[in-house]
Amino acid sequence: MRHLKLIPSDTKIPFIKFRHVAVGISVLLIIASAALTMMRGLNFGIDFEGGILLEVATDGPADIGGLRTKLGSLGLGEVQIQEFGEANDVLIRVQTPDEGGDAASQAVIDKIKGALGEGVDYRRVEVVGPQVSGELIQSGVTAVILAIILMLIYIWFRFEWQFSLGSVLALVHDVALTIGVFSFLQLDFSLQTIAAILTIIGYSMNDTVVVYDRIRENLRKYKRMDLGELVDLSINETLSRTVMTSGTTLLALFALYIFGGEVLRDFTFAMIFGILVGTYSSIFIASPLLLYIGVKRDWSGTGDAKVQQAKG
Amino acid sequence: MLHFERWKIILVALVCFAGFAYSAPNFFPKDSLTDMPAGLPDKQVNLGLDLRGGSYLLLEVDIDAVMKDRLQSLVGDIRKALRDESIRYTGLGVKGDVATVRVTDPAQLDKAMQQIRDLSTLVGGGGFSATPTRDIEVTNQGNLISVKVTEAARLARQRSAMQQSIEIVRRRIDALGTTEPVIQQQGADRILVQVPGLKDPENLKNLLGQTAKLTFRLVNNSASAQQAMQAGSVPAGSEILYMQDNDKQPVLVERQVMVGGDHLTDAQPGFDSRTGEPVVNFRFDSTGARLFGDVTKNNVNRPFAIVLDGKVISAPVIREPITGGQGQISGSFTVAEANNLAILLRAGALPAPLQILEERTVGPGLGADSIAAGEIASLIGFAAVIIFMAMTYGFFGVLANVALIINVALIMGVLSLLQATLTLPGIAGIVLTIGMAVDANVLIYERIREELKAGKSVIASLEAGYSRALSTILDANITTLIAAIVLFQLGSGPVRGFAVTLAIGVVTSVFTAFTVNRLFVATWYQRRRPKTLNL
Repeated sequence: MRHLKLIPSDTKIPFIKFRHVAVGISVLLIIASAALTMMRGLNFGIDFEGGILLEVATDGPADIGGLRTKLGSLGLGEVQIQEFGEANDVLIRVQTPDEGGDAASQAVIDKIKGALGEGVDYRRVEVVGPQVSGELIQSGVTAVILAIILMLIYIWFRFEWQFSLGSVLALVHDVALTIGVFSFLQLDFSLQTIAAILTIIGYSMNDTVVVYDRIRENLRKYKRMDLGELVDLSINETLSRTVMTSGTTLLALFALYIFGGEVLRDFTFAMIFGILVGTYSSIFIASPLLLYIGVKRDWSGTGDAKVQQAKG
Repeated sequence: MLHFERWKIILVALVCFAGFAYSAPNFFPKDSLTDMPAGLPDKQVNLGLDLRGGSYLLLEVDIDAVMKDRLQSLVGDIRKALRDESIRYTGLGVKGDVATVRVTDPAQLDKAMQQIRDLSTLVGGGGFSATPTRDIEVTNQGNLISVKVTEAARLARQRSAMQQSIEIVRRRIDALGTTEPVIQQQGADRILVQVPGLKDPENLKNLLGQTAKLTFRLVNNSASAQQAMQAGSVPAGSEILYMQDNDKQPVLVERQVMVGGDHLTDAQPGFDSRTGEPVVNFRFDSTGARLFGDVTKNNVNRPFAIVLDGKVISAPVIREPITGGQGQISGSFTVAEANNLAILLRAGALPAPLQILEERTVGPGLGADSIAAGEIASLIGFAAVIIFMAMTYGFFGVLANVALIINVALIMGVLSLLQATLTLPGIAGIVLTIGMAVDANVLIYERIREELKAGKSVIASLEAGYSRALSTILDANITTLIAAIVLFQLGSGPVRGFAVTLAIGVVTSVFTAFTVNRLFVATWYQRRRPKTLNL
């Protein structure tokens, strides 16, 4: 029986040849992401900005324009109304009042409920006060930085500092581009997005580690091979696996994106994007970076005895 | 690598079997599980609020209000102590977080200081110091005495206010008759409340939003409230309060409390026997009954006010002494209001107001939709991965797929056993795990392919495939595990559920893809002894 083969077994793609182009493009994209995020900003959800969010299901298809005039006349400040998945499902978002604490927020919700009248189903009500949203931003940023630092340390232990630096630069690349695309598409940036970014960090690292592992193995095997050639060989040897794993993961995520419901859509989108970028960065960023940074060529030292043993 | 000791085989089989056994209850209706024979797994996965519907509230106890109360009562104590000793003073009051008083006659300063010091009590050392310290600190600048509540006393009071608040919140929520509410302290001054499956989340907030401080006080008859307001001078020892059902109608109420709500032993909603309108019937403890009896005896034909959180519920006239220790509060309530008030009075007053910092309520409709969507997405993702693996690796792909099925069973089993909470992002975590779990098998199979291509024998290739891929598999999965642990620390609610399933999934997938799958391949090899591999 013939099996499906996405990648032929003996690829000799000269990845390293493209390294200046790839790194150049990536640097440009990172700059673009940063600029976009600064100028256009992120569409922060209520997790990070505070506010009141209601998901409302109306009887028939929702009349968004009618809702807008109805709720706009309540004097609640800016009212955002958008369709959410189904035609009769609507998201309403308003700011929490500056003063009056939770009682004032409750009054806003009561006003909205009064204006919408009977016959609507309140599928979800969320209120995040300014105090909590501030804390959530802080802990979200801390978590991403902490995760990257922990990866740096782990790879340093298992490999060498050059690998550690290379992989972390690739991580920063992945995170920057993901934030950039959220700014570009103005997707809802929430706690879920932070969760997605952390998952991307884990996945991208996973991918990078597999290639690095092979590079290390080949460094031992081919003591005299040119480093660029060796990196190319390693990437090609693991290419089939890289594509397979990204493939199965993307299959699962696409199922989630299409069938998993509206609540998870942006979350899943972030992960799909992150896995594409993460796979690209392990091949085109993390590995070529080793050429710029340089690696230790002599791997026969005692420092690596443990790994050797584990493999024997 | 391909040799398994007998006990290892048994152990692996037992773990897999346990996975299926513990995940099994999730496929039966919940009701049918109650009469399971003892000893068999009967726990289902704990669904998060986003899947089953319910309310999540983050409350903050206003500790500042507690400390302000403490300072106010301190001022009262100082006033009494100085008066009892006939020490003349001016300017007694609260400035910021200290109580200050100026003694008029310098000769009486030492005596005054001593009197105030005598008010202090010992509090158990908070934090690390075990030695008890004074609860107040008395200092002076000339004739001006400052009294400050010590840090130890502040901490002790904060702790007790938190405990008391949690207890009262619990009593109020229990009165709603919901199942499995979660009420726990978060940080120094916060309470996390999670109530699943609530029909009326508004009512929950109503109940938690009130301090429910009830007092019975006499109405000041010397002047009408309108007169006092027009004259701009409220008689000393009295204050203007407004009616609860009409915030334009003022009542002049004495500050002196006849009886406080802490003397109530019971409160029940009921109906007035004559008018038929909803009321709350209450009963005092013996001290409360005696106090109430005495005051009513001396004040027949005077009105008294029933005050709840600074609003007058009603101000009936005392027709005759009430000595039985029982009474009725009527205040043009609806049935629901009477019911709520009874709950609040039974549960007792909060030591300080609660502020809702964060609220997330999911209706049952959205929860059910999310479960359905999650199920469909998982099944389709699962099927896609299984077909893809079988197409790519043939027979070996099928072996990996069996390991994958065991993996999902183990994840569900562990979730059920630990009673961890499954949330919608948690389902996403499982789907993601399904996609990533085959990675270990892919690594192994690709390695075996390479070794075969290098001209090694079947058995040598299999051996090398498993052993060489191991360190890569571990490295790759530990990175994901690190990310999941960081996420767990960060998140609450749904996001934390994602971290939990991701972490469990990483561990179980290494086990199934490496150990279980290897056992399959080893068994197959020993039976068949193939000369070539179709991989």
